[in-house]
Amino acid sequence: MSGGVPPYVRLANEIAAQFAHRPAEDAATVIANHLKLTWDPRMKQALIRYAESGATDLSPAAALAARHLQGAL
Amino acid sequence: MTLLKEPDFGTPARPGEATVALTVDGVAVTVPPGTSVMRAAKEAGVDVPKLCATDNLEAFGSCRLCVVEIDGVKGTPASCTTPVRDGMNVRTQNERLGKLRRGVMELYISDHPLDCLTCSANGDCELQDMAGVTGLREVRYGSGVEAGANHMDLPTDTSNPYFDFEASKCIACSRCVRACDEVQGTLALTIEGRGFDSKVAAGAGVPFFESDCVSCGACVQACPTATLQEKSVVELGMPTRTVLTTCAYCGVGCSFKAELRGDELVRMVPYKNGGANEGHSCVKGRFAFGYASHPDRVLEPMVRDTIADEWRTVSWDEAITFTARRLREIQATHGQGSIGAITSSRTTNEEVYAVQKMVRAVFGNNNVDTCARVCHSPTGYGLKQTFGESAGTQDFRSVDESDVILVIGSNPTDAHPVFGSRMKQRIRQGAKLIVIDPRRIDLVRTPHVEAAHHLELRPGTNVAIINALAHVVVTEGLVDRDFVARRCEDFETWEAFIAQPEHSPEAVADICGVPAEEIRAAARLYATGGDAAIYYGLGVTEHSQGSTMVMGMANLAMATGNIGRAGVGVNPMRGQNNVQGSCDMGSFPHELPGYRHVSNEDVRDIYEKLWGTPILDEPGLRIPNMFDAAIDGSFKALFVQGEDIAQSDPNTQHVFAALGALELLVVQDLFVNETAKFAHVLLPGTSFLEKDGTFTNAERRINRVRPIMAPRTGKQEWEIICEIAQAMGYPMHYDSTAQIMDEIALTTPTFMGVSFAKLDELGSIQWPCNVEHPAGTPIMHADEFTRGKGRFMETMYVPTSERSTRKFPLILTTGRILSQYNVGAQTRRTANVAWHAEDVLEIHPHDAEVRGVTDGDLVALSSRVGRTELRARISDRIPVGVCYTTFHHPVSGANVVTTDNSDWATNCPEYKVTAVQVDLIPASVVADAVPEPVVAGGNR
Repeated sequence: MSGGVPPYVRLANEIAAQFAHRPAEDAATVIANHLKLTWDPRMKQALIRYAESGATDLSPAAALAARHLQGAL
Repeated sequence: MTLLKEPDFGTPARPGEATVALTVDGVAVTVPPGTSVMRAAKEAGVDVPKLCATDNLEAFGSCRLCVVEIDGVKGTPASCTTPVRDGMNVRTQNERLGKLRRGVMELYISDHPLDCLTCSANGDCELQDMAGVTGLREVRYGSGVEAGANHMDLPTDTSNPYFDFEASKCIACSRCVRACDEVQGTLALTIEGRGFDSKVAAGAGVPFFESDCVSCGACVQACPTATLQEKSVVELGMPTRTVLTTCAYCGVGCSFKAELRGDELVRMVPYKNGGANEGHSCVKGRFAFGYASHPDRVLEPMVRDTIADEWRTVSWDEAITFTARRLREIQATHGQGSIGAITSSRTTNEEVYAVQKMVRAVFGNNNVDTCARVCHSPTGYGLKQTFGESAGTQDFRSVDESDVILVIGSNPTDAHPVFGSRMKQRIRQGAKLIVIDPRRIDLVRTPHVEAAHHLELRPGTNVAIINALAHVVVTEGLVDRDFVARRCEDFETWEAFIAQPEHSPEAVADICGVPAEEIRAAARLYATGGDAAIYYGLGVTEHSQGSTMVMGMANLAMATGNIGRAGVGVNPMRGQNNVQGSCDMGSFPHELPGYRHVSNEDVRDIYEKLWGTPILDEPGLRIPNMFDAAIDGSFKALFVQGEDIAQSDPNTQHVFAALGALELLVVQDLFVNETAKFAHVLLPGTSFLEKDGTFTNAERRINRVRPIMAPRTGKQEWEIICEIAQAMGYPMHYDSTAQIMDEIALTTPTFMGVSFAKLDELGSIQWPCNVEHPAGTPIMHADEFTRGKGRFMETMYVPTSERSTRKFPLILTTGRILSQYNVGAQTRRTANVAWHAEDVLEIHPHDAEVRGVTDGDLVALSSRVGRTELRARISDRIPVGVCYTTFHHPVSGANVVTTDNSDWATNCPEYKVTAVQVDLIPASVVADAVPEPVVAGGNR
């Protein structure tokens, strides 16, 4: 854990910050695709579970990306 | 077997077509205009006697041995300084010339100790050779101590750890002085005095060690006598055989002649035909090889059940059986994905390939990563996204044709010194230099080199400044529209993005701390100054926006048309010798060899058929993920090949916690390093002197690494990997290293034509090597990008979350020093410690003053995650608010304070931005002048 949130949450938020200038849906697609191509399955599953839990630490774009990711897996 | 003597043509080659025809001693020869008579003679097979001339230095014309007769020319001109003319008729030998030469030799010999039989250069002395060639039989002026006034009582300077300067044997030919100027570019040597009083001096007559000399050894190599001689030759005698191999230090990848007596390495001599170094070297490559025979080397396997136990020395069989059994037990208990491996950029391509194959085919997962994760993973990502290939675009030679050189976050003279010398020579010829770095690196202002612009930006603001440079290019009409239209895609979207006012120099000036007008001037120079090349290093990649910055540089190069020919490009300066190769070999958890994604069914199919086992189609864990998963409990065993992650990786306490949580840690290394303190199995590795294989350097050049001695451990590292695989039930076997390369070539398109036989034939090969480019590809993306069209990427500047505060008001950034290498495991075990015995903290005089810190004080360096102690060095090389240190010594352990922030795309750690505080440790508290070492379990 770092800063009170799991590392994968922090990483997802950092990725999302890079695409904050893009429209939300567009950003979520890019983020989800990045996660799909570069993250280990356990991290992806953990992120999806975290997003489903309704935790507020996940940025809106990252949360949306997690939902996209769930659909893509 | 005799030493490999490369032919010396006396003066450098001249470029161009051979159109000037002349005759030398009746032999017709045609050479390019500007060629010296001496070189033309050599081309014709005629050796003209010489002492001051050698073909990596411009002609000097001082020794007068090379005099010749030329029809129609009065007197006897020096052949080295006389250029050829069409129709010239040259005579190099007759009675008159012989008499002249013997007269010159008599004068030399009259002032030279005649101790040839006991001289360290006996058999390798050009003065001795010339005495023979000129037929010298008597010295009318007396000789040695019988002569009149002479220099034979001059003292020998032994201050340098690696070579002596025996002044009594100096013939004042100036070869050393010129080599320091023309090859190295340091200008540390000079000729002091005039006439008979002329003598070589280092700096202002100080001992070599105290001078500006960087111990590159170019002077030693240039010296025609025993004046400048390796201490190892003085001690051991002349070598008797030579093996060509490749340096195992930085990513330049210098070729060396390893010169031996039996199996004892006497000296390393840079190879003139080495593609990367062309006869030059640095202090590490030439001299710092002693670590290979250091008594700290571990030569037998060691095992222990827990890290609280003492090591047990065991047989190879027991070590391999233990490792294989424990790995399978852990998988049986915790799942297939609970184990993994880290490959090393210090090992060969073949050794790396074997480890990643073990992970994929035997472990059955993709949990393999490489130490490039913590240095150049953003390079791989960023260049793949934009250009389609995870590698730099140029060969080193390309810089000779650059008109503008942009250096960002790289310190070539310290970290890549042989290329740094080449770059300096080009700048001295007139190329303009732009440096973007918080620190005033040597390149900013060094003899006869001065940057046109030094953008002294705040750490962490690279992306803001690269966007501002691109903004100027776009808004001032400096885009190469033709190139962009023909070669690129997504330009319009990017153009609209980058033209936004928030990216203007005026908008980012306060963020970066660089005046807007300075940014504009640098952008204009880059875009309009001719062929412009970008060279960058870890000062780009090791940020939370490292990948963004790499893409930003690619955008800038594409927008200005600076891609696809000599003199331009985007060039990562790779830190370790085989960073490029370790990445090429499929060490990333999402990519098979050749940067092909694991989800690609066609690619998996190649390996599945060849290896006879399924390959997982999902990415595995990266190194930081492995650490997190170890702490969380889903990752239980790690195989570490030749890396000291406990010292090199950020946030030391986090790494310690992860390593301490593992049920099995297997370390394959030369020494019991910091990581091995957490290990259950230590498998002794081979030094580069024992390895057989290849390294791939920063310019994609595959170089052969040839063993000069049998492995001191009894096994090559790839053999150990195969035996572990076999013990785990997988039939992995190779007869030789060449066979591994054959498998790489068979399965990886960019290596299609590579083989050991071809490497032996060509010397080296820059990949891609394939049907279209059978001899390799020095310059990439010449006609089209690897991905077809070059892709512009939007590069939003997102500031790092690491901020300075009142509690941590300074920003720490890190880097390297010339004499040390990476975590110092090798160089700390050589005499290089004479230059850098400990890491120090550079701090600006103002920041030091307000803290009451003076030069040499012991200070506490604290961040949000840790604290260590270092000596302070007051320096205005860095701006106010920034401090700097190196990471070569575990005692200081700079990574105790670095955070676990990382690049968003690749997890490359943000080593370059850590908010810190520096506090003076009062003398009364300093019980011991040496800081406590960082040890397993922490020191705080």
